[in-house]
Amino acid sequence: MEALVNDLGFIIGTTLMYSTPLIFTATGSVITERSGIINIGLEGMMYFGAFVGAAVAYFTQDPWIGFLCAGLAGAFLALFHAIATVTFSAEQIVSGIAINFLGPGLALFLSRLFFDGATQTLTIPNKMPLPLNFLFGDGKLFASTGFMDLVFNQFATVYLSIALVFVAWFFLYKTRLGMRLMAVGEHPEAADSLGISVYRIRYGAVMTSGFLAGLGGAAMSIAVVSRFSNTLISGHGFIALAAMIFGKWRPQGALLACLIFGGAKGLEIYLGAKGFPVPSSILATLPYVLTIIILVGWVGRSRPPAAIGKIFDKGEA
Amino acid sequence: MTSIDFSRKTVEMIDVVKKFGDFVANDRISLTVHKGEVHALLGENGAGKTTLMNCLYGLYRPTEGKIRINGKEVVITDPNVAIHHGIGMVHQHFKLVEPFTVTQNIILGQETTKMMGILDLAAAEKKVSEISEKYGLTVDPRAKIEDISVGSQQRVEILKALYRGAEILILDEPTAVLTPGEIQELVTIIRNLTAEGKTIIIITHKLHEIKQVADYCTIIRRGKFIDTVEVAGVTEHELASKMVGREVSFAVDKRPAQRGERVLAIENLVVKDNRGIQVVNGLSLDLHKGEILGIAGVDGNGQSELIEALMGLRKVQSGRIRMRDKDITNASPKQIISEHSICSIPEDRQKRGLVMEFDVAENLILENYQRRPFSERGVLDHQEIYKFADQCIMEFDVRPQDAQMTAKSLSGGNQQKVIIAREVSNDPEVLVASQPTRGLDVGAIEYVHRALVEQRDRGKAVLLISFELDEIINVSDRIAVIFEGRIVGEVDAENADENNIGLMMAGGRV
Repeated sequence: MEALVNDLGFIIGTTLMYSTPLIFTATGSVITERSGIINIGLEGMMYFGAFVGAAVAYFTQDPWIGFLCAGLAGAFLALFHAIATVTFSAEQIVSGIAINFLGPGLALFLSRLFFDGATQTLTIPNKMPLPLNFLFGDGKLFASTGFMDLVFNQFATVYLSIALVFVAWFFLYKTRLGMRLMAVGEHPEAADSLGISVYRIRYGAVMTSGFLAGLGGAAMSIAVVSRFSNTLISGHGFIALAAMIFGKWRPQGALLACLIFGGAKGLEIYLGAKGFPVPSSILATLPYVLTIIILVGWVGRSRPPAAIGKIFDKGEA
Repeated sequence: MTSIDFSRKTVEMIDVVKKFGDFVANDRISLTVHKGEVHALLGENGAGKTTLMNCLYGLYRPTEGKIRINGKEVVITDPNVAIHHGIGMVHQHFKLVEPFTVTQNIILGQETTKMMGILDLAAAEKKVSEISEKYGLTVDPRAKIEDISVGSQQRVEILKALYRGAEILILDEPTAVLTPGEIQELVTIIRNLTAEGKTIIIITHKLHEIKQVADYCTIIRRGKFIDTVEVAGVTEHELASKMVGREVSFAVDKRPAQRGERVLAIENLVVKDNRGIQVVNGLSLDLHKGEILGIAGVDGNGQSELIEALMGLRKVQSGRIRMRDKDITNASPKQIISEHSICSIPEDRQKRGLVMEFDVAENLILENYQRRPFSERGVLDHQEIYKFADQCIMEFDVRPQDAQMTAKSLSGGNQQKVIIAREVSNDPEVLVASQPTRGLDVGAIEYVHRALVEQRDRGKAVLLISFELDEIINVSDRIAVIFEGRIVGEVDAENADENNIGLMMAGGRV
């Protein structure tokens, strides 16, 4: 019985850990899509964020500075996406694809430059802290092994990501700026005619999504593992995009979707660890296969923002 | 009755010029409106009414000229400045965010907030209710825009302007989308607003509405100022003539029909609609050369499905359609157009009639692009295409005269002219016209009717479907009444009795 509970705790714990990078990125994706700009460059932004996060955390020995710089790195790439799509009305998908090449390219180039030609960083000295660690151990509230430890003794990024979802929800539905952002994504001409700057809001939204995708990448490289490597981010940005769509363009929906995808990863690791008689390479496809199945089954039923992907041009005045 | 305060000029536009490149949309137009006045801006589609008002609302900057608001000269650089000067505008196409509530739409951009930008929707709803009660603009502040009627959406737009403190309200074609009942409500609202001292400018091309609500009327033709008149002192006829620039006849001028042999025969046609319900129920119809056959009926009695079946756009369940004794039942649209020579002016010109993103020239060859001279071995010959377009533009008087304008930037009347040019230049044996004058101004309506009669006089057959009984009676030679997917009666237009036809349209027996 206790073994079963511990197994469950293990699955939940790994699910939370692996969902975290997705939650950061998907929440950012909700913000930008709600303003009417598609950002499929999330993958590239995560990739770059993962590198910058690990590299800065290695050199400064401070995971928090690394984390913040990862966000800025993502926002830096997002700036290009915003300039291309908002100012110059470029096709959003094409610009996003370009970012997806630019992000990894830049990351690997800088990695070779700073880490003696290696395509991965060295192991960082300090990982993200476990903020609730003081509750676990001998003579503390909970034992240092077992269900509670497996589920709740998580990296700071895990709690941050969940808090972020609440913040994003509050922002979108309860604040003035959130309402304006959604109006811009639904009917930019209407927002414009009421004196709201469509361009400024879209710049902000795209940069925010880049910042959060960068954090998502770092949540991978300085919390889940402790270094950046060139296969660390492999499709996470796209899974986050799928989670955002599956979550019907809502932060709370995206959270749920990320947990499902993270759950597939958790299950994969659990079954692998238990010596389940299926090749690990097959198990590793689980999150991706799930992405396809869910998207095929659900996309048709949700309603994207009305002005998504459409060019807004203020025109001659 | 009138609430005009002639001592206070709220809006003065003086010699306003607006150019787009070489095109002069407004050529020295002047306009004076007083407090409490309803001022109509009358002109044909594309005359420059909306452009002028966009200048007043700050969406465009006038190339030349002055604007004074309450006697003070102002430069209106954008809508915010207009709002600041108390100007509000309700656009023809509403600018509302569909999934938002009424209140959210009204306060957008000027939200009521608690601290730190957090929305205070309760306070906003209260404020919205107050304004809506004051002017009799009934809306549910919590309803979503996508769930309310078009009339309610328009009230939301008016509330949006009032919420921002508008004293001068511009209404762009406010009745175009309303039902007759909703139009009456709007008239009441306008009276309430002027009674409170608001100034209203209405852009329209509908004459009877001007007679009904407006005090003064300024007429614009092809971007030029024509006249400002006191509405009480003019007839609709005089207004129409000033607007079009020539005498307009509301009746259709035509010679007696020279009816020839039968070209099209529809026998016991059965067609289902999208829900799978049989809406054309064994309909039979003959159409002869040299006649206009009008199909009278209330909307939704199988007219659309009949036309779609005839044009090959919808499957015929049973029955036959024969064209010149060839069976064309369930033939493809391409065969019907090019082999069997049936062309149509579709009901929805923006959806089925034109590719809105294409330019005029491209729209004109939609049915013939694969033929010489427009293409050879799969390569388009743009020189020939634009030559043909320029010819059509001259012949059918499409304005502006620019083959490279996109269809969506044309006015409704000119869009219809492009479609008519395309279909008539195919020289079809049968021309089908579904509601060809919907939303058009009198000048354009006259034009469309003349084109149909001309086609008839050339010995071709014309099938006209319209929900406007006047139009059917005026234009047709023979009238068939459709009810529940069947032809329930046929009369000669000459002996047509409006009451009898009306009765048949409602399913009654004569």
